[in-house]
Amino acid sequence: MEVIHPTDLDEALAALAAHPEAVLLAGGTDLMVEVNFDQIRPEKVILLRRLAELQDVSRQRIGAGVTFRRLESGDHQALAQLARTIGSPQIRAAGTLGGNIGTASPAGDALPFLAGLDAEIELSSKDGTRRVRWDRFFLGVKQTALRPGELITAVILPTDLPDCQEFAKIGQRSAMVISIASACVFRWRDGRTRVAMGSVGPTPIRARQAEEMMSAESNPGPAALQEFARLVSEEVRPISDHRGTADYRRHASGVLARRLLERCLAK
Amino acid sequence: MISQVDTRPARGGVGESTYRPDGIPKVDGTYTYSSDLYMDKMLFGVTLRCPHPKATIIKLDIGPAVAMTGVHAVLTAADIPGENLFGLETPDQPILVGDQVEYEGQAVALVAADDPEIARRAVEAIEVEYQVQTPLTDPEAAEETDSVFHRVRCRRGPQDARGAVVVEGYYEVGMQDQAPLGTESGLAVPDGEGGVDLHIATQWTHTDRDQIVAGLGVADEAVRVHHAGVGGAFGAREDVSLQIHLCLLALYTDRPVKMEYSRAESFVGHVHRHPALIWMRHEADPDGTLRRIEAKIILDGGAYRSTSDSVIGNAVYHAAGPYRCDSVAVDGIAVRTNNPPCGAMRGFGAVQACFGHEAQMDKLADALGMDRIDFRIKNAVRQGDPLATSGQIIETSAPVVDLLERVRAMPLPTDLTGEDPRHLPGGTGLTTSLAEVSRGVGYAIGIKNLCFSAGFDDYAEARVVITPFGVEVHTAAVEVGQGLGEVCAQIARTALGIEDVVVFYDDTSQIGSAGSTSASRQTQMTGGAVLEAARMVRELALHRGGGDELDSEGVWRKGRLVTTMEDLLAHGNLEYHTRFHHPPTDQPDENGLGNLHVDWGFAVHRAVVDVDAELGLFRVVQVDTVQDVGYMINPRSVVGQIEGGTVQGIGLATLEEIVVKNGIIQNPTFTDYLLPTFLDAPPINVEVVEEPSAFGPFGAKGVGEPPTVSSTAAVVSAIRDATGLELNRTPVRPEHVALPGSPI
Repeated sequence: MEVIHPTDLDEALAALAAHPEAVLLAGGTDLMVEVNFDQIRPEKVILLRRLAELQDVSRQRIGAGVTFRRLESGDHQALAQLARTIGSPQIRAAGTLGGNIGTASPAGDALPFLAGLDAEIELSSKDGTRRVRWDRFFLGVKQTALRPGELITAVILPTDLPDCQEFAKIGQRSAMVISIASACVFRWRDGRTRVAMGSVGPTPIRARQAEEMMSAESNPGPAALQEFARLVSEEVRPISDHRGTADYRRHASGVLARRLLERCLAK
Repeated sequence: MISQVDTRPARGGVGESTYRPDGIPKVDGTYTYSSDLYMDKMLFGVTLRCPHPKATIIKLDIGPAVAMTGVHAVLTAADIPGENLFGLETPDQPILVGDQVEYEGQAVALVAADDPEIARRAVEAIEVEYQVQTPLTDPEAAEETDSVFHRVRCRRGPQDARGAVVVEGYYEVGMQDQAPLGTESGLAVPDGEGGVDLHIATQWTHTDRDQIVAGLGVADEAVRVHHAGVGGAFGAREDVSLQIHLCLLALYTDRPVKMEYSRAESFVGHVHRHPALIWMRHEADPDGTLRRIEAKIILDGGAYRSTSDSVIGNAVYHAAGPYRCDSVAVDGIAVRTNNPPCGAMRGFGAVQACFGHEAQMDKLADALGMDRIDFRIKNAVRQGDPLATSGQIIETSAPVVDLLERVRAMPLPTDLTGEDPRHLPGGTGLTTSLAEVSRGVGYAIGIKNLCFSAGFDDYAEARVVITPFGVEVHTAAVEVGQGLGEVCAQIARTALGIEDVVVFYDDTSQIGSAGSTSASRQTQMTGGAVLEAARMVRELALHRGGGDELDSEGVWRKGRLVTTMEDLLAHGNLEYHTRFHHPPTDQPDENGLGNLHVDWGFAVHRAVVDVDAELGLFRVVQVDTVQDVGYMINPRSVVGQIEGGTVQGIGLATLEEIVVKNGIIQNPTFTDYLLPTFLDAPPINVEVVEEPSAFGPFGAKGVGEPPTVSSTAAVVSAIRDATGLELNRTPVRPEHVALPGSPI
């Protein structure tokens, strides 16, 4: 196995251009699981930990190399909330936002946050940089629009950030657990509402009918909240597996979305 | 030298919370577990396993693996020199499959190579083709087609007794894993003379040895099993896993061979707790007197027998719980399927029975309009009562009423949990606010036999030696992390009056069997043997030294030192070797009656659980427990066992299940087989009742299993209390609470 140690982004992109088949290693919290289970035996590995360019955080741009440990205390409440649910402290100290995006697991904890904000993924290669909106980036279970030679360098958030953002995740255990269902709800003072769900479809799911309905409610009462929950439950596309049943995920999606919205309305 | 100082009791004797010699090394990481063993030039062994639950091998070509550089052995069933069978109670499982696979993960071939990666690649290179067959996975279908390991029938008293108030229930218990943090691992070292030394994390070195020599076709003396550092056991290490495989590879290659299972391999590499289907019917008079108990219990034994015969016996004999009843009918069936084999796990059949009988006792109390504790107390067995199932008179201590009274008197948490999400259902997932929480309280009490039963000749050997450097205690008993070694040292210190005691874990050639570290038996059995040997060696010392008291200075007479230790040992060490037996037990008669057990331990739990019913999430807030322990030789270790056993029961109530679909384990990782974290483990308030046992050293009873028996039932009872749901299955999953009535 060959290990390549680029010290800056240009070096990394050059290495990636030269070895587009190389495996990228940031925190390793997903990659090492695949190695340990003998699912992959990488021939070439490019290390991303030293790339300072991936470590910058601003309100609108979050570097792909930022660990969840750092995001636990960041500006964006929902991002901090979801960061605190990921793995153990050791995992959070290693795992990165870019890695979560690149793995593109249906249970990826950061993905509903990106979906709910219509975030763009910044992809860089030797030939330049492009931005791809989340719904054109996440194509299926562990499938993305990332091309050979490209590296996820950052997440770009919109300037119009919501006045309230809330995240919640259902796992069977109180911590250190893979999500059975997760939700991100965003609401602006003008009533605009967005809701994105995780672990209930191959990619994150925006409950657009629920959003439309709730965005028109300036002061929603119990009936509107119940309708919102019903629409969210209708719009998710869960499967049954050993972690939970499709029926439960559908039910829980509506409950979670409603509760998060209630938290926003209570503020 | 003549001293005028009085003798004094040795420090570190029984009753003190002394520190264990393995404690600090285990915490600071310097302890040597079996997985840390290393020898120069050792090879690494890896196992080829069948991915299908039922299949016939139609082609097995090891040629490509043999041809690989760095591969030193590729062994199949054809290479087994002895009998290709093993089994803890009955040899029925092939060491390597010859042609017919009966469960997922069954071992087919072995490779030894220069490093683990080469060995893994060689395993992949073995060409094997299977003809896949339809597995039998439904335990009820297995019973109907008489695919059965063992049936146990118990009938006691008049069978036409009836009560005015009747409750019935059906209950299910999922397949729990022992999940020891150390996976199966060991090192086999050939002796160059056709024999082998095996260093292994196990629970019973002598039965390992017996099964190994049968497979190798060698004399007992050719194999010496040494107990290596054990990273937890809980029953998972009672059956052979890689023991015979290691010895086969070491003898074939004439090189030391190490094996270590991955976590995923461990899940298919050892037996699990039996999943159970339980039907129960309880009848009582309007005043609350139990009149009739009927039960049928099906345990899924999986593909091979292991200890299924004994576990179903235990489930049947504990099916009535610690209650008086003179009309009982219990049928138990351990079925054979193509599911993962099941065998010993902490509680050994009593856990499953308790989940059923305690749910029934709640239901019956409610139907009678009685307080649940009052109802239990009214029917509790007392010392001198017959056990409802076997009819055996309980002559040992049985403080059941005392346990129930005391747990009721323990303070309940007065305040609701605050808004800190870590203390709410859903935890760090932020799913739940205080307003969405309802609180439930549940009680359960359990009974567990201590030591081996039903006519088994249960014994333990020990040798105690007084040397110029202190006392040696020799035993083949396995310290699995529960604290046995220190208990033995404390017993020797008190018995001899000498503080400097070291426990030696002898191999199988150096001392006879101590029996298994299971059935909560070692404190009573090996502890009993150490006490007997220590008292005898003290007698020898007093006789040789001509006195009436012994301590580290020597032998004293009437307060004066008459023989120094140096003089006492001038002609050699003093030693005594003993084989300690517990009082005999009987096999059951044709109705399942008789004096089957030698002793029992009892524990009661009260669980307080907060439930978010809409999402089906729960958090165990507090557990209060009182346990019948006889006498605490090491109070800290007793509390440790009670806390750990209680949390293992909480795991079975809320999280822990091996999900098996069509004979295939769906969650063989700690990512998806969820164990309680620190956040899921509540404060556990522990009280004990010390009424001396009939035969344990200083009155001690085994304490390992009782805390696991009733904590599951208490937690699920509390979830029922919070939700009003029936919840007849454990572990309780979110969908069972959030969407009651949906299929399991």
